[in-house]
Amino acid sequence: MGDIPRGNRPLSPHLSVYRLPLSAITSIMTRITGQSMLAGILLIVWWLLAAVTGPDAFAAADWVLRSWLGMLVLVMSLWSLWYHFLAGIRHLFYDARLLLEITEARQASKVILVGSVVLTLLTLILFVLA
Amino acid sequence: MRYITPLKAAKGLGAAGPASATHRHWSLTVSSVALAILTPAFILVVGSAIGLPRAGVLTYFAQPYPAIVTALFLIVGMLHFINGTRIMIDDYLDHTERKVAIILSQLFAWAVIAAAVYALARMALSPVV
Repeated sequence: MGDIPRGNRPLSPHLSVYRLPLSAITSIMTRITGQSMLAGILLIVWWLLAAVTGPDAFAAADWVLRSWLGMLVLVMSLWSLWYHFLAGIRHLFYDARLLLEITEARQASKVILVGSVVLTLLTLILFVLA
Repeated sequence: MRYITPLKAAKGLGAAGPASATHRHWSLTVSSVALAILTPAFILVVGSAIGLPRAGVLTYFAQPYPAIVTALFLIVGMLHFINGTRIMIDDYLDHTERKVAIILSQLFAWAVIAAAVYALARMALSPVV
């Protein structure tokens, strides 16, 4: 190997400095959001269980849920859920052999990123106004 | 004696029969369609209940629609979690770590299902004091 003149070419594949394309970032985020929404799911299940356990248990769960940290966890989980929802629908398109061209995949990635934030804001507006 | 040809018997089963990753992919597809319908309903149901006092939460989830939507979303969701997490575990872990992670993810999912179903059943079936 050492004898072969390699010139000044870059070494491949340089995984540590490789910039993931947008569709790869939105793909790995599907996995991450699938896990991160569990924080909110656990809070809600704890809150349901506390409601049937007793007044003290419910007061504790309700306080945590409505604290700023609890609300932050719920809002991030809400966004994770909407993101995973849109990304999951994209997988159904993939299975139907749609959205697989590079330009379409890039467009779909943008729709998922923007759409998940819009859906989260719409949900929050709905419940803040109600 | 079976009269179908080996080709006929193997067709449509994927790489290694119905208990394979092909079946897991199909289960994820079916549950994802179910969850695509359930997710907006679940968000509206739970979002309306957060902030209610305890008595309000108990009577709210005793109604059929909130109880059924919440139960269905959490049961189908955690079964979807088992399959999705299994794919991640197969990608990232090996040997004993992989075994332990597969077992723990399933125990965790079923514990969440049990807790949610118990709470919803208590609210729907018997008055809680």
